[in-house]
Amino acid sequence: MVGVKSIPSPAISADDRSHEVDHPSSPVAHFGADQPLRLDCGVDLSPFQIAYQTYGELNADRSNAILICHALTLDQHVANVHPLTGKPGWWEIMVGPGRPLDTDKYFIICSNVIGGCMGSTGPASTNPATGKVWGLDFPIITIPDMVRAQAMLLDRLDIDTLLCVVGGSMGGMQVLQWTAAYPERVFSALPTACSTRHSAQNIAFHELGRQAVMADPDWHGGRYVDQATHPHRGLAVARMAGHITYLSDAALHRKFGRRMQDRELPTFSFDADFQVESYLRYQGSSFVERFDANSYLYLTRAMDYFDIAGDHGGVLAKAFAGIETRFCVVSFTSDWLFPTSESRALVHALNASSARVSFAEIETDRGHDAFLLDVPEFFDISRAFLQSAGKARGLTGKNG
Amino acid sequence: MSVQEMLPLDGLASEQSGPFRADHLLVAEMVKPGSKVLDVGCGDGDLLQLLETRGIDGRGIELSREGVNRCVAKGLAVVQGDADTDLVNYPDDAFDYVILSQTLQATRQPKVVLENLLRIGRRAIVSFPNFGFWKMRLQLLVGGHMPRTENLPASWYDTANIHFCTIKDFVELCDAIGVKMERAEALDLYGRPLRLRLPWWVWNLFGEQGVFLLSRGGRKS
Repeated sequence: MVGVKSIPSPAISADDRSHEVDHPSSPVAHFGADQPLRLDCGVDLSPFQIAYQTYGELNADRSNAILICHALTLDQHVANVHPLTGKPGWWEIMVGPGRPLDTDKYFIICSNVIGGCMGSTGPASTNPATGKVWGLDFPIITIPDMVRAQAMLLDRLDIDTLLCVVGGSMGGMQVLQWTAAYPERVFSALPTACSTRHSAQNIAFHELGRQAVMADPDWHGGRYVDQATHPHRGLAVARMAGHITYLSDAALHRKFGRRMQDRELPTFSFDADFQVESYLRYQGSSFVERFDANSYLYLTRAMDYFDIAGDHGGVLAKAFAGIETRFCVVSFTSDWLFPTSESRALVHALNASSARVSFAEIETDRGHDAFLLDVPEFFDISRAFLQSAGKARGLTGKNG
Repeated sequence: MSVQEMLPLDGLASEQSGPFRADHLLVAEMVKPGSKVLDVGCGDGDLLQLLETRGIDGRGIELSREGVNRCVAKGLAVVQGDADTDLVNYPDDAFDYVILSQTLQATRQPKVVLENLLRIGRRAIVSFPNFGFWKMRLQLLVGGHMPRTENLPASWYDTANIHFCTIKDFVELCDAIGVKMERAEALDLYGRPLRLRLPWWVWNLFGEQGVFLLSRGGRKS
C-alpha cells in the first residue's frame, strides 16, 4: 500500500487567529455608522475598522509620510515581530533605520487591507448585525475599496499628502489605484512587480486556489467557524500553487534541484521525497496557521477584478491624465506572474500622460518574490528615488 | 541643403566652463527655456541635469540599468529602454525637443530612429561622431585599420557603434527624409564649436562631431 502523510494540522489555534481578527495587537481605527465605506459592489460597509502599524515619526509639516501597501497574503506587520507567528516583519530588510525606507527620516504607515484577517474588517470579522462571523455574507471588495479605506485612515491620522506610496504585487496595484484615484494626495509612487490589470493566467491561478479551498470538506460553504474547523488542507494547496507562481524555475532549481529530503532513494510513495515537495508543504502548512481561508477568497477576487484601464474606458493613459505624481516603476526579469512587458505598458501609458516616470528592470532569477528578498539593486533604486522625492518636497535634516 | 548657409553660433557653449561638457552646453543652448525635452540614450543624466538647471522639463531613456539608477538618484525621470524599439510607443508631439546625443551610431535603424525623433518632438537635436574627421580618415588611409579615437575606443569587433556616418552623410539623410536643418555645428577635438564661417567640407574634415538642430519640414525638391 502506498503511504500518504497528509498536511499537518495547524499549531496556532483558531482562537488565537480569530482574536487577532477582531482585537488586533496593533492600533485600530474604528469608523462608526456616520462614516461608512462605500464599496464598488454598491454596499455601504458600516461600521468597520482598519488595523495598522506605524514606524518612525511624523515631522512638523506632516510631509514625510510613506504608505506601504502590502501584498495578497501579508499584513500590517512590516517591521515588527508578527503577533501570531513570532517571526520578523515581512519587509524588515527594507524598512528601518538606515534602510531604504529609513525610519529615521520617514513616517511609515502600513494598514491591513479591508477584507484581510489581521484586524481590518473582513470575512473573518464578527458581523455586528448578527454577532456571528461574516463569512460569505461579507460583501465583495475591490482594490479601489482597499484604497478608499486607506484614504479614510489617513484622514483619521490627519495626513493630507503622502511623500510616497510603495508596494509590490497586490500592493503595487493599490499604489497605482492611489495615483489614479487621489493623484493630489500622492507626491511620488513606487509600484513594484505589478500591473494595471490582472492577467487571464493570474486569474486562472487564483481560481485554482479558490477551488482548492472550496473543495475542502472543512470549508462548509464558508461557515467553517460555526463548525469549529478551518479548511486548512484546501488553503494549503492554494498557497502551494500560489507559491510556485511567486518563484521561478531557475530559483526552484537553484534552491532544490531534484534533491531528495532526508533520504537517498525514493520511497515509492506519495510522501514528500523531493526537497521541493517538503518545502511547498511547509509553506502551505505555515500559511494556514496565520491566514483565514475566506479572506484568501476575497483578496484573490479583488486582484482578479483589478483593471485600471477598464475603469477609464479602456484607455490606460486616461487614468493618469495630467498627473503630477513622480513615478518609479520597477520590474524583475524572472517575474512571470507580473512580467516586465506589463510594467512597460504602464510606463508607456504614463509617458503618454506626460507623467514624470522612471522605470528599471532588475535582473534576477528569483521570480516575482524578488521584491521581498535581498536584492541590492532594488534597494539602491528605491533609496535613490525616495531621497530625490524627499528633496523635491523639501525634506531636510534628520527628518529629511 | 547647404551647410554653408548656417552660421556657427557664438554662445554660451564656447564661453562657459565648469562641470558640464562643452557639447552638452551647446545642445542646452539650442533648447528654449521652459520646454519639454526627451533625451534618448541619456547615460548618467548629465545633460538632463544641465537642462533642468535652465528650467527645462526633461525626461530620459537609457539602455543600462546602472545609468537609470544614477539618473533616479539625481531625481531625474528616466525609463530603461532601447531607442530602436521603444520610441514607437511615444505619442506624436509629446515633446518640444527630442535629443539624441552621441547615440545615433549605436542604433540599428538610424533613419527610423530619426523619423521617430521628429514625430515625438517638434524639434530634434542630434549629435554624433563624424567619421569624416581627418584623424579617422588618416587611420584608415595610412594605418589601414578601422579608426579608434579617445571618444570611440572600442575595437571594430566589440563596439556598440554599428552605423557610423560623416557630417556629409547625415546632411544627405536629412535631405532624403525631408528634415529641415535649423542649425548645424561642428565641434573640434576638444568639443569646442568651430568658430569660423566655413564651407561644409572643412567641417566634414575638421569636425570631430556634428550637432544638428532639426525640425519637420517639407521634402526639398
